[in-house]
Amino acid sequence: MTLIKALLKLTLISVSLSAPLKAAEFENFESAVSELPQTDFKTLPALLEGIAELDDPRISALLKHLSDGEVYFLKSDKKVFYVVDQADGSAQIVDVLSGDKVADIEKKQLNKVKTNNSIRKGIGQLQAQLNINHPDPDIRLTAAREMLADVSRMSDKRLKSRLDKESDGDVLEVLTLISALKQFTQDDTESQFAALEQLDSTLEPDVRQVLITASLDTENYAPEVLAKIKDTMASIDNQRNLYSYAENIFFGLSLGSVLLLAAIGLAITFGVMGVINMAHGEMIMLGAYTTYVIQQWFPNLIEYSLLIAVPAAFIVSGTVGIIIERSVIQFLKGRPLETLLATFGVSLILQQLVRTVFSPLNRQVIAPEWMSGSWQINPVFSVTFNRLYIIVFSLVVFFMLLIFLKKSALGLHVRAVAQNRDMARALSIRSNWVDAATFGLGSGIAGIAGVVLSQLTNVGPNLGQAYIIDSFLVVVFGGVGNLWGTLVSAMTLGVLNKFLEPLTGPVMATIIVLVGLVFFIQKRPMGLFPQKGRAVE
Amino acid sequence: MKLRKLIVAGSLIASSLTTQLALAADTIKVGVLHSLSGTMAISETTLKDTVLMMIEEQNKMGGLLGKKLEAVVVDPASNWPLFAEKTRELLAKDKVDVIFGCWTSVSRKSVLPVIEELNGLMFYPVQYEGEESSKNVFYTGAAPNQQAIPAVDYLMNDIGATRWVLLGTDYVYPRTTNKILEAYLKSKGVKDADIMINYTPFGHSDWQGIVSDVKKFGSAGKKTAVVSTVNGDANIPFYKELGNQGISAEDIPVVAFSVGEEELSGFDTKPLVGHLAAWNYFQSIETEANSEFIASWKKYIKDDKRVTNDPMEATYIGFKMWAKAVEKVGTTDVDAVEQALIGVTVPNLTGGTAVMNPNHHLSKPVFIGEIQDDGQVEVVWQTPDTVRGDAWSDFLPSSKNLMSDWTPPMSCGNYDVSTGKCAGKM
Repeated sequence: MTLIKALLKLTLISVSLSAPLKAAEFENFESAVSELPQTDFKTLPALLEGIAELDDPRISALLKHLSDGEVYFLKSDKKVFYVVDQADGSAQIVDVLSGDKVADIEKKQLNKVKTNNSIRKGIGQLQAQLNINHPDPDIRLTAAREMLADVSRMSDKRLKSRLDKESDGDVLEVLTLISALKQFTQDDTESQFAALEQLDSTLEPDVRQVLITASLDTENYAPEVLAKIKDTMASIDNQRNLYSYAENIFFGLSLGSVLLLAAIGLAITFGVMGVINMAHGEMIMLGAYTTYVIQQWFPNLIEYSLLIAVPAAFIVSGTVGIIIERSVIQFLKGRPLETLLATFGVSLILQQLVRTVFSPLNRQVIAPEWMSGSWQINPVFSVTFNRLYIIVFSLVVFFMLLIFLKKSALGLHVRAVAQNRDMARALSIRSNWVDAATFGLGSGIAGIAGVVLSQLTNVGPNLGQAYIIDSFLVVVFGGVGNLWGTLVSAMTLGVLNKFLEPLTGPVMATIIVLVGLVFFIQKRPMGLFPQKGRAVE
Repeated sequence: MKLRKLIVAGSLIASSLTTQLALAADTIKVGVLHSLSGTMAISETTLKDTVLMMIEEQNKMGGLLGKKLEAVVVDPASNWPLFAEKTRELLAKDKVDVIFGCWTSVSRKSVLPVIEELNGLMFYPVQYEGEESSKNVFYTGAAPNQQAIPAVDYLMNDIGATRWVLLGTDYVYPRTTNKILEAYLKSKGVKDADIMINYTPFGHSDWQGIVSDVKKFGSAGKKTAVVSTVNGDANIPFYKELGNQGISAEDIPVVAFSVGEEELSGFDTKPLVGHLAAWNYFQSIETEANSEFIASWKKYIKDDKRVTNDPMEATYIGFKMWAKAVEKVGTTDVDAVEQALIGVTVPNLTGGTAVMNPNHHLSKPVFIGEIQDDGQVEVVWQTPDTVRGDAWSDFLPSSKNLMSDWTPPMSCGNYDVSTGKCAGKM
């Protein structure tokens, strides 16, 4: 008995969810808007359905402002306004009905018309219906793709008239899919076959979803259609797998590029100079905080803040690096254990310093517009811009460093001192000065890594701690003293991690990589690309 | 010159020592056991300041039992074994009458044996995984049935979610909470194939693969929701990745149990707008008591931009309850106060009253809110009534027969209903 009741309840719920709420009816826009202040989350969807059925040019603005949370009403007489926050912190208040700016109202006197996720979703669907004839092809495309989720919402007549007029290729493609899906739901095998032909090469998840549901529906589809559906799905899934493979490689390279940036500074201080610098992570942290400070100083230049921060972070971290080298490390030459302990102390001092100056709370670094979003290559494969830029940027830094070490006079001196200090000094190279410059260079590049990491993770006092172990791993695995080794090892570790992750989960993936590394180092203690020649001794 | 300075300094120290000695006899000592350095300092420093503010206010009103309150602040430095040492120091050396402290479950577990051995009294103000009830600890944060279960109910009934992703950081709170949620979802008829569970290490920052998996999992045509027990620091890269891969709160809403106003103040909130948070308190809830609390907090901390959050309210309620119980029995003796605390009521900052139940957990209202672009959270749903904190989850086979009641004749933290026995110390 109770079971039946529960079932009944379930069906009732599913009915109320799937079927659109009964739209309220209104005479005109004015009377509909006057109802807005009286709504709550339950009644608002019906009201909006009702508004969308009216024919009024002001509807699309109302829907847009509503989904942006910019519709308010006066507490006193329930008049409805748009409140749009301006860049300078003030708010522009506009009457919904007349469109006139209102000056004598304070934000305090207003109450917000609240929306939640499901209402905004509903607004998106209503907007799609309104926007399918919008002059801007991008907006038409979004609207058409929104329709794809439920093609029954687009009438045949509307679809046909749109198909005839459509000039934009991308929109046309989606419209064709809509029409094929409509054809597919028709009750004759012929047109179902024809529709499947058209759906063969699409990757839209909504289409796949329709096919999955259909493939389980043995009542409404003939066996030969079902077989054809299976074929179509196999061809779609093939493509999907291919792209998911490509996606994994991209993820791996992007993780690798972050590792590369974090480790490349260490490859110089540890790899070339042989200093075990436990404060390397804090150099990264200082770079990230430099980005934060730059954004605080130039709040109007957020879009360029990263470009300013890269040289600034290089200078800040580089200077701190030189100070550490001159005041601590140079006195501990050839005593690795003492260097390790001393630099560990320095790292704790720097962390606490940042805690005192900036508070222990994380600082907010804003992502510029051009770093957000993704490049949608096709419906199942997209590449996020920030990761893409970071891969490119890390390679640029890598090659610039390589050229610097190979071609510049200072680079020559650095290599000379690293290979044979006494001989270099005999040839009148000031090895002390070169040490300081090398350490500053390595620290400065760590600072640049900090600018990049500020876009990916939290900027807080512990930022550096998270990357110090990884950095040492990369350098040791790649072979101490070899920049190319660092590049190869960072990318290998990144890709390896990302291919293991879906199979084992991120925790196990890290463990497996670590254990693998331990065995690898047992076999080849000098890493992937050991240094050769007499310089090794 | 130097000598004179030394003498002055010396006499100053001496005089301050003697006044302290004189004071010690007629003050009530309140121990504050929150990390002020290390990884947890970010969250716990705020709670230390909250307790200090409450003490200052109480002293302005004349203290307790005619005595002034005196704070004894120690720093366990986010180091779990140090929490046990510092508890011993507070109870044995400083002889404090009550402790307010801990944030992470592992720190609480480390304090537990010490506080039970020395019979201290502690208030724990953070939402946690439950499965514990100690005679010496009062839990003023949410148990899973006061945060996780109502949030899932909201997603299921109001949002219509039928497919679930449980994401968590790899430690005891998310693991237990997800175990409870998984059992709960299955009891509601959700199939194995519709639940995806994933754990990440602390401070995980590369979310590309996981978010892409969530996206694929969510494109199966059924409404998908993510329940996140991801710990503080790892959240920002997670939400950033969600935003970058184009997953909006309208497509796949994420409800978080560890993201509150304090955490949001360090975030660039753009990618989070519309996602959900479940707590027993939000700063945005408009009541007279709340706006008074916010104003006095901003005045005390001397920063107009600081926010209030749920663990702060839990600390506030705990402190008020303790003060009320002490006044009721006229002593700070732990056993007397412990019994007097049960049944004490204190007005919530969000309206209504909180009640301390015999299982040392509170009855509190539960709120679900959507994150706004100013870092505040707007309530979209709340439980019609207060929810009674349940120490032992009914959805786990190991604890469904257990109950806790610290009033006589039971006086037991883990009474097994099926065998009729108290399993003893927990």
